[in-house]
Amino acid sequence: MPSPAGVGGGIAASTVRVAPTLLKRGRPRFADRIFGTSVSVMGGIVLVVIVGMVVFLVLEGLPAMQHYGFFSFITASRWTPSTAFPNVSHPNPYGILQFIYGTMLTSIIGMIIAVPLAVGAALVITEVAPQRVKGPLSGLVDLLAAVPSVVYGFWGIFALIPAIKPVVDFLTTTLGTVPVIGVAFQGPFFGVSYFSAGLVLAIMVLPIIAAVCREVFRSTPRNEKEAALALGATRWEMIRIAVLPRARSGIVGASLLGLGRALGETIAVTMVIGNAVLHINGSIFSQGATMSSVIANEFTEATEPFHLSALFVVGFWLLIVALVVNIVARLVVHRGVAL
Amino acid sequence: MIVKIEARLNRDRPVWRRAAGVRAALTLMIGGTVLAACGSTSPATSAPSATPTPVCTGTTANPGYSNGLATVSGQATTLSGAGSTFVAPMMSVWTKAYATANSVQVAYQSVGSGAGIAQLQANTVDFGDSDAFMKDSDIAKAKGPVVQIPLVQAPVVVAYNLPGVASGLKLDGDTIGKIFSGGITVWNDPAIKALNPAITLPSTPVAVAHRSDGSGTTAIFTDFMTQTSPAWVTALGGSTTSVGKTVAWPVGIGGKGNEGVSAVISQTPGGIGYIELDYAIAQHQTYADVKNKAGNFVEPCEQTAANATVGITSYPSDLRVDIVNQSSNAQAYPITGLTWALVYQNQTKAATAAALVNFFSWVLTKGQDLTGSVNYTPLGPTLQALCIAQLKKITVNGTPVSP
Repeated sequence: MPSPAGVGGGIAASTVRVAPTLLKRGRPRFADRIFGTSVSVMGGIVLVVIVGMVVFLVLEGLPAMQHYGFFSFITASRWTPSTAFPNVSHPNPYGILQFIYGTMLTSIIGMIIAVPLAVGAALVITEVAPQRVKGPLSGLVDLLAAVPSVVYGFWGIFALIPAIKPVVDFLTTTLGTVPVIGVAFQGPFFGVSYFSAGLVLAIMVLPIIAAVCREVFRSTPRNEKEAALALGATRWEMIRIAVLPRARSGIVGASLLGLGRALGETIAVTMVIGNAVLHINGSIFSQGATMSSVIANEFTEATEPFHLSALFVVGFWLLIVALVVNIVARLVVHRGVAL
Repeated sequence: MIVKIEARLNRDRPVWRRAAGVRAALTLMIGGTVLAACGSTSPATSAPSATPTPVCTGTTANPGYSNGLATVSGQATTLSGAGSTFVAPMMSVWTKAYATANSVQVAYQSVGSGAGIAQLQANTVDFGDSDAFMKDSDIAKAKGPVVQIPLVQAPVVVAYNLPGVASGLKLDGDTIGKIFSGGITVWNDPAIKALNPAITLPSTPVAVAHRSDGSGTTAIFTDFMTQTSPAWVTALGGSTTSVGKTVAWPVGIGGKGNEGVSAVISQTPGGIGYIELDYAIAQHQTYADVKNKAGNFVEPCEQTAANATVGITSYPSDLRVDIVNQSSNAQAYPITGLTWALVYQNQTKAATAAALVNFFSWVLTKGQDLTGSVNYTPLGPTLQALCIAQLKKITVNGTPVSP
């Protein structure tokens, strides 16, 4: 039995000021115990689910990993389930390097487009726009986050791709013919591509980055901004001197949050990337696949030998990539690493 | 005047307005009452133009099969099935009609043939359905012998989007194989020209669209190319890897499901892909006439798909048969496949067994009259009789369910 004073009393005495009514309550300790236990159980369940998920992915992927070798998946870039046979283990028909490439490339394209847009939008909302526009504008950007991803995919196919086609056709005939870098911009452009997927991702992660940046910019001390203005700085100089330097690690953190979303985004990407699983395509205007898109596409009919197991391996590596990004994000935000 | 506006819109319209839905909305905005007139001027929505084979006009008579088994009493009131998405539209018509007529609810999950086989192997459903029959290695993983019953014939069409070229493009197996393996990259390729001397073909690049998910539709289509196109077989590295629910497509854009492939075709001038006939009709796609075994170019429709089993007289006793490009009938559409219901031969529950036999007996008789509503095709009489015989193999603890 715990002593009547209890743990809460000790803390109250030393550090926290507790309202007298709370101390006078008749039976708080029994309720405390129930509360404590139930919260621990809930927290424990979350932990068990996360650990269980990793174990599950590894267990399901194990047959394929044992058959083909752990690293053979990420050293090959050819995905041909139809050439898998139960008794052949080399070469590995389930190479996933092109999916890692597709995931990274689409996310990077998305971030290159989304980060400047999001920072700009957040600055407009916090610093530039007139007071009565700020609220609605901020709400509109947040609304982008409420659009379901399948709608983004749909919109990507029927509105975005036809709209960008003339521009991209122009790029493939100009940039695409430049020596060396031209390889990355070659046509023909059929609409669905790494680039289209990156563009859709950019719009999807924009509200996340913008929302975090907005809060970061808002936290700039008012007196610093006013000091800058008082020294004769224009509004843009004030933003450059007072707002942005303080917000740097916040922007990086927001971007990495957005990147986390972009890496795992499935259905919208699946709809606009073209799902070419065979190998790495060099041009950003050609078709490809991501780790999540290949899982979404193939798990329902994964009937070839080790096919389903290999998809779990893809899931495992996707988890690893996402974990690495998240860990880096935490380090950057907490240590305030300047990028 | 409105027709004129529509015609001009078709010519000048930016690509993004060509989406079927947008076009419909646009037409409605211009004037809903002349919808039909407008539609007929649009190349994508026009009815298949005159072809040398007038077989596809009019409707086919229902087969009116009456050789069903006597109803087995004591049946369960619910059945669960899972499998092919290919047969799902047909299955939903059947289950609805069957529930109305017999108050037995059949719940069918359209999860894919592979998942259907897996669920049957795990014995979590009463029946499975697959567009490719279970191989011996699949049956070995199941909990006992499996009776496989073809349910319906279904055509797969080669749909294309070629501005200025209405339907009626003619293709043979080898040309299709070359297109889908990347050997033909522009529409005015000599091989396509040779088959279509009357059509002016543009120099548009060919944008191949295929399924990105494993699919029975893919199995039927690649089966056809494997039989008819040496170029396809060579490109895919041999006839064992050139056919199946997933193959290593050397070129092209992967779309998820019929709707994904259909979207790619309609969004990409120069697009070509394979989809179910029902889906092609619903999405107003134009599709090609395909050369059959007899050497004729045949338009896909209910009638020509029905001909796909005409002339085939011998079937293996387990009905694991490939009907793709098998019929020598002059008007048989060659890219026509089957879908199989999968049922454990020896059932453990009498009520479930009775319900299964009753349901499939109904599907194979009265159900065959409902196939036209979703553009599937009834089984030919020889095959249908063998399917009924298949049902008689089902037993409960060793005793036949239907005497």
